[in-house]
Amino acid sequence: MRELSYAQAVQEALAQAMEADSRVFLMGEDIGVYGGAFQVTGDLVHRFGEDRVMDTPIAELGAAGVAVGAALAGCRPVFEFQFSDFATLAMEQIVNQAAKIRFMLGGKVSVPLVMRFPAGSGTGAAAQHSQSLDAWFAHVPGLKVVQPSTPHDAKGLLLAAIDDPDPVMVFEHKLLYKTKGDVPEEAYRVPIGKAVVRREGRHVTIVATAIMVHRALEAAEVLKGEGIEAEVIDLRTLRPLDTQTIIDSVKKTSRLVCVYEGVKTLGIGAEISAMIAESEAFDYLDAPIVRLGGVEAPIPYNPVLEKAAVPQSDGIVASVRSLVTGRI
Amino acid sequence: MTRAVKEAAAVSNLREFYRHFDGDALRDALRRMYLIRRFEEGAEEAYTRGLIHGTMHLSIGQEASAVGSCMDLRKTDYITSTHRGHGHCIAKGANPALMFAEFFGKEEGYCRGRGGSMHIADVESGNLGANGIVGGGLPIAVGAALAIRKQKRDDVAVCFFGDGASNEGAFHEALNMAAIWKLPVLFICENNKYGMSVSTERSMAVRNVADRASAYNMPGEIVDGNRIEDVSEAVMRATARARNGEGPTLIETKTYRIRGHSKSDRNRYRTREEIEEWKTRDPIGHFEANLETFGILGKDEVEAIRLAAEAEIAAGIEFARNGTDPSPAEVARDVYTGGAS
Ligand SMILES: Cc1ncc(C[n+]2csc(CCOP(=O)(O)OP(=O)(O)O)c2C)c(N)n1
Ligand SMILES: [Mg+2]
Repeated sequence: MRELSYAQAVQEALAQAMEADSRVFLMGEDIGVYGGAFQVTGDLVHRFGEDRVMDTPIAELGAAGVAVGAALAGCRPVFEFQFSDFATLAMEQIVNQAAKIRFMLGGKVSVPLVMRFPAGSGTGAAAQHSQSLDAWFAHVPGLKVVQPSTPHDAKGLLLAAIDDPDPVMVFEHKLLYKTKGDVPEEAYRVPIGKAVVRREGRHVTIVATAIMVHRALEAAEVLKGEGIEAEVIDLRTLRPLDTQTIIDSVKKTSRLVCVYEGVKTLGIGAEISAMIAESEAFDYLDAPIVRLGGVEAPIPYNPVLEKAAVPQSDGIVASVRSLVTGRI
Repeated sequence: MTRAVKEAAAVSNLREFYRHFDGDALRDALRRMYLIRRFEEGAEEAYTRGLIHGTMHLSIGQEASAVGSCMDLRKTDYITSTHRGHGHCIAKGANPALMFAEFFGKEEGYCRGRGGSMHIADVESGNLGANGIVGGGLPIAVGAALAIRKQKRDDVAVCFFGDGASNEGAFHEALNMAAIWKLPVLFICENNKYGMSVSTERSMAVRNVADRASAYNMPGEIVDGNRIEDVSEAVMRATARARNGEGPTLIETKTYRIRGHSKSDRNRYRTREEIEEWKTRDPIGHFEANLETFGILGKDEVEAIRLAAEAEIAAGIEFARNGTDPSPAEVARDVYTGGAS
């Protein structure tokens, strides 16, 4: 099959959505002639024109609100935040408006808005350009939150998000943009709300998001050499959460490790752990649930500290090993 | 003409800037401009060689704006700076060696290696910090000015920001509050024509950022940002007003960044001719020529300043490379004042 980078896959989804539906247009900072800070929109402005690939002024709150209004009035805007950190400037429109307008108006309207967020650490961009805020938004009813980890899912989930009648936030890990993978040419969809088992195993379930999926898979490969078979689940959607896939896996493996880049405390791992504790899978557990998340600090600039601030594959190996060794 | 005669002749019709500052102050201003230029060239080279990671935003071409703005400030005056903040930091009095240590991620760095280029700050010299968030420093400067007034000091807060930042809500909210409360703050907009790739023509409905001052009933002044004397004189007028309790001023320094926005810029939104044209308006060259023409500095003195700046930068890089790496065990230190997390 044809290979594309993650960034190219996102771009292809944007192009196909704009070709198929004249209501779809893009807004964001420097997404036109600059091609986007991560070159995701690339040359789209030359193909679709400035009316459909709109550079906004540096005005996240206002521009996000403009996107909400356009969505309310029949358009299908796809809004690129230059860095996911800048969602904090647009919090009002995302959380108070986009997420709640349909509900507050008794279901009379909907807000078919897609917001894309380059997220995560590892680029040396320090504390205000490296955050993983996905779980914040997954806390808000009315929003959907997806986190594709492969080029295939980046395209399929984005197309599903653009189809979706409600606001969808797509978190794209910056370190994944250059990774390559098979991407079908046609405009396919990956369903929102469905996790996927990336690797089967019987001793432990690792639920991971975004780049942590890849680190978990690397760890699983190392663990295999030690006779430990880890099952790796790529969560893909944080809200709505695919509880069944996780429950089924934990019933099989009896152990659960959650790996995510956001700050550990009160993160997505807390939700998954509690969900399992409340589910029928609880009785199957043979060991305490383990969460591996970001440290309780902003992301530091120094590269060694930056690495130490979020889970790495050797840390995943060590955690799983101590959870499993001698007990299988 | 002897030097003394030449000086006397020149001084009589010299403009305010050259009369207000003595030779030492002017010499120091040129020194700082060179330090900024060489600092950024050194940082750029270290980045290209892979010695510094992350990204950085260079202010080459904008040195007169930074130095002219800070020349007449006291140590107790504050500045808030931006992502393009190396120049502001040096202009306000920071030590380039400690800035390099920061870029190299060392404990000796101004932010102990935690902040890097985008968060460079020397609190001791009154720099409350660069900022990764466009417009983030605007309300903070207003807050610093509020504190100054509450403490009955006659200091000022100087807020640097870009043309692009003036499109953020924070800009408008900050100017309004500074105006209604008549706070001692200077809003210095370094208008380099672009916010990343988007020109001011495409992002603003008015021609000048200074035009926006009238909406907040404060003076808005436009100066040639590549001429240190123009910048400095405007800033002196505004600081006098601010210290006198007459409230804020918006100053727009028209300038240009010669380098790309950041390390990933391919300059697709501007022409080579435009860049070349602005290179001919080099702020350092302009200042140097004036200092020589007015007999304030001789060619050899200028040369000595340039060489000293180069030596200081080289030593600074050497110092930084030999600095101490932070320990990963301390990854969560300084999140809270008490130390706990
Ligand atoms: C809130 C926010 N939005 C966007 C960015 C990304 N960004 C960093 S600098 C910049 C351009 C800023 O333009 P301007 O204010 O004119 O300053 P200049 O870079 O020209 O010095 C942009 C869009 C950011 N850091 N913060
Ligand atoms: Mg600018």
